[in-house]
Amino acid sequence: MSAADISMAAAVPPSYLGEAHTLSSWLFTRDHKRIAILFFISITFFFFIGGFAAALIRLQLLNPAGTLLQPEVYNRIFTMHGIVMVWFFLIPSIPATLGNFLLPLQIGARDLAFPRLNLFSWYLFTFSGLWAIYFIFIGGVDTGWTFYEPYSSNFAHGHVIAAAVAVFINGFSTIATALNFVVSTHRLRAPGMTWFRLPLFVWAIYATSIVMLLATPVLAMTLALVAIERFWGVGIFNPALGGDPILFQHMFWFYSHPAVYIMVLPAMGVVSELVACFSRRPIFGYTGMCYALISIAIIGFFVWGHHMFTAGISLTSAVFFSLMSFIVAVPSAIKVFNWTATLHNARISFDAPMLYALGFVGLFTIGGLTGLVLATLSADIHLQDTYFVIAHFHFIMVGGTVSAYFGGLHYWWPKITGKRYPEMWARYAAILTFVGFNFTFLPQFILGYLGMPRRYYTYAPDLQTWNVLSSAGASILAVAYVLPLIYLTWSIFHGKRAGPNPWGATGLEWRTSSPPPKHNFPRTPLVTEMPYRYDPRDGSYITQDGLRCGEADV
Amino acid sequence: MSHVWLPFWPKNAAYSASLVDAIDIAEFCLILLILCFVFGMMLLFCLRYRRGSGIPRHEPNVKSWHWEIGWTSATLVAFLVLFVFGAKAYLFLYKPPAHHQLELYVVGKQWMWKVQHPGGQREIDAVHLPVNRVVKVILASQDVIHSFYVPAFRLKHDVVPGQFETFWFEPDRTGSYPLECSEFCGVEHAHMIGTVTVMSDAGYAQWLADQGATRSLAQQGFALFRRYGCSGCHDPASTVHAPSLDGLFGSVVHLADGRTTVADERYVRDCILIPATQRVAGYPPVMPSFQGQLSEEDLVRILAYVKSLSAGPPQ
Amino acid sequence: MFSGRLQEQYTDVTQQAETAQLGMWVFIATEVMFFGALIFSYVISRAAYPEQFRLAGHDTFILLGSINQALLITSSLTMVLAVRAAKADQQRALVLLLAATAALGLTFLGVKGYEYAQDAAAHSVPVIDYIFKPGEQRPTEIFWCFYFIATGLHAIHLSVGIVLVLMLLVRAAQGAFSPEYDAPLEVIGLYWSFVDTVWFFLFACIYPLGRAGP
Repeated sequence: MSAADISMAAAVPPSYLGEAHTLSSWLFTRDHKRIAILFFISITFFFFIGGFAAALIRLQLLNPAGTLLQPEVYNRIFTMHGIVMVWFFLIPSIPATLGNFLLPLQIGARDLAFPRLNLFSWYLFTFSGLWAIYFIFIGGVDTGWTFYEPYSSNFAHGHVIAAAVAVFINGFSTIATALNFVVSTHRLRAPGMTWFRLPLFVWAIYATSIVMLLATPVLAMTLALVAIERFWGVGIFNPALGGDPILFQHMFWFYSHPAVYIMVLPAMGVVSELVACFSRRPIFGYTGMCYALISIAIIGFFVWGHHMFTAGISLTSAVFFSLMSFIVAVPSAIKVFNWTATLHNARISFDAPMLYALGFVGLFTIGGLTGLVLATLSADIHLQDTYFVIAHFHFIMVGGTVSAYFGGLHYWWPKITGKRYPEMWARYAAILTFVGFNFTFLPQFILGYLGMPRRYYTYAPDLQTWNVLSSAGASILAVAYVLPLIYLTWSIFHGKRAGPNPWGATGLEWRTSSPPPKHNFPRTPLVTEMPYRYDPRDGSYITQDGLRCGEADV
Repeated sequence: MSHVWLPFWPKNAAYSASLVDAIDIAEFCLILLILCFVFGMMLLFCLRYRRGSGIPRHEPNVKSWHWEIGWTSATLVAFLVLFVFGAKAYLFLYKPPAHHQLELYVVGKQWMWKVQHPGGQREIDAVHLPVNRVVKVILASQDVIHSFYVPAFRLKHDVVPGQFETFWFEPDRTGSYPLECSEFCGVEHAHMIGTVTVMSDAGYAQWLADQGATRSLAQQGFALFRRYGCSGCHDPASTVHAPSLDGLFGSVVHLADGRTTVADERYVRDCILIPATQRVAGYPPVMPSFQGQLSEEDLVRILAYVKSLSAGPPQ
Repeated sequence: MFSGRLQEQYTDVTQQAETAQLGMWVFIATEVMFFGALIFSYVISRAAYPEQFRLAGHDTFILLGSINQALLITSSLTMVLAVRAAKADQQRALVLLLAATAALGLTFLGVKGYEYAQDAAAHSVPVIDYIFKPGEQRPTEIFWCFYFIATGLHAIHLSVGIVLVLMLLVRAAQGAFSPEYDAPLEVIGLYWSFVDTVWFFLFACIYPLGRAGP
């Protein structure tokens, strides 16, 4: 630590963690940092529930004659896996934990615009998640996370309405958080923090929030109509009563495609922060990266039909959606090229966050390119609803988002907890994640091409080798995900104390103590610099409020 | 390029499979090239510019537009090329064929495929086909959405309740190939599987004959047409002023609200189930709805009968 | 509640007020998507069954719908005037105008309730009490589903608005608002205008059907 850091550490008030210890100081907090921790706890719990479901799926699929789960139960398990992972893990993960913690810090604010709304968002989220899990355990839902009609309104046994209500309430939580982020970014930036001086993480959270705000209400209405239809037997989507099941698909996917951008945009923001810091140079093409984020958010609203290429939509609309799907891939490609170019003329160190970030770039690129295959109309006829699709989206969401989430957790762990995690264990976990992930999901591309459909509890015997390989990989991945749970928890109690800026990073969040005090900064920062003013020649850097520093003693 | 053996490659039994495979292989090669390039660059930079290496660094440049425009344009062009090839193939694969030699009706229901040949032969979870003949398939669902998927043809089409879906294929290799349902439809979704058996013309003719003497689909449809009282109005001798069905299928119909439509499968279905929405110009709106009274299989038989009253394509 | 106290994350009251307004605009954007999705599915269904929807729409009570339209527009006027009164420090006018807004909103709900009773008497309540009129088939029931879902949701939003206006009324009577502090009035006024605007669109979808040309 430099002299400036030491004197800063001595002058600060108690950290947000230490300033009160009662349960009610947590449950009634308005501090965005504490709310982020609350979200972190709920999200971790839901992650392991969803992961448990995944483990059961992979165990069942070890053997085509698998009798671990009855078909009815298997169908409920994969539905639970989808619902919990999409709505109660992936969508809130980075925004509600890292976003809540960091957004005010990175823009130089004392808190978000609406702190009570933020707390309310957590209560809605946790309540709806527990509600969903309760109904899963007392009998479950077997429609798949996609609730396709008329199966979900007229044929499914199980607690479809309860599940739809859980997702509906969760939607309010998403909207509340997103509203807070958008308004805060517009109104609470510190003096000198212009839009094009914002860190890319903030841009990513902002773009994500726009998508959340505009897409989630459509899902809410769609699920409300499904619930009404199931409860009262009316026929909006049910063809037996005069409705149109394809209308359901259009409305559902109008939300659910942007939803996948909700899941990946924050991850891209995290990766930009990590790649810049550990390459000790500015992100290549910062402005292009900002526009790429916004482009993905906007264009992502016009591609939903690519989930319906085989559903009987008109050939004209299919061609339109395919074209838009290719176009939306262009800004993502720009980002991959820019991250790669950032590695040029850099000064790279391979700490765990960087390993996760590099893993993201690799796995996201594979996932994105296989997305091109699915966007190709002729290929999609063959591959739609097969394991190829499953592999594609897991590469993006798990290989991508979860890697970035873990990378961000490790990177900001010293800031959030004030402790250092054990670096070697973290590197092992990152490498294990990468290896386990590829073993799990690469075989699934082959399974898909060979024609294994999704949501099958059994399969043709000649596909067993690939399934066994995939399940073996899943066991490695499970270890890789449990490891951080162990050593991160350990570090809270026994980790080395962290200084304000252990990585030598340039963001405003590193200009306050680790952990920060309740109101973030002793004085409101004055921003004078672009983000990522790292110099690869000697590793020195300039923070966004103008402090010049030598290379960090990591 | 068809029927070349590739490791880990699924069986290829139709021209559509060759077409899809050709585009896919080209795409996979392009992807591999891009991956090698990107990963190669990443690996190179990670090694060369790692913290301890002695390579001299220069001041990071902030002007990056020429690089970005360059790789953005290249990416866009490459993607548009892929899009065009895929779209053209899709239009070919999904547009209804101008001529077909065989028309099959497939009804999907939880959890089986019921296939009806025009001569009235029926199969469950099996489809027998002659090789090198264009087969048009009309799909109907009895309950929920299913999807008729034959990996060896690289084709699938969703089977949506409440409407007829049409697609076609032309198998070009004899053999047995799996048929699967690829849209989740309930408990036994994974067992809604069957076999597509492609045979020579002679083999297929023999198979048809072996099914025993049955009434053709159109004849079965006619029996239903009488049983449900349709002939009471639509018979030429009827006193009720109802549209004649002779030559109806495929013709242009003028509706009461001024629209015109072609009398295709969808039109016939809607007339039977929701006649109030298909009021024909010049006729009183007295046709009752048969919603809920006819199964999908019955609808398919009646459709076959109505088609037989037109100068339709040769069977 | 509505105390005007400066919260810690803001530098001054103006920033706090402007932020609250932006928050309300963003919230309204989400509500537009919510009602928009409903109206979209209505439009698609109507395009699929134009004749049937026309038949169904003929049975709506356009007089009651129009009265409600007038009530709500007037309430928007009183709300806007209330905000103006606060800016001009006319406390008594402020209280009266807020009371008028709430009263008009409540009257709307009353008329709506009466209309629902009339709909029930005419057996237009899907599933629960529905009789097909001559020439009607299933799709008319879909129209009535939309009618009840849309007007029901709107009524819920309006009720929330009425509660908020009553809260404003209580605080206004206590003299809480002034030219320096009128942010809650502006923000809730915005919400009220939004609820009014939604009604415009619902009215257009529901009532003119079957009464105009083809």
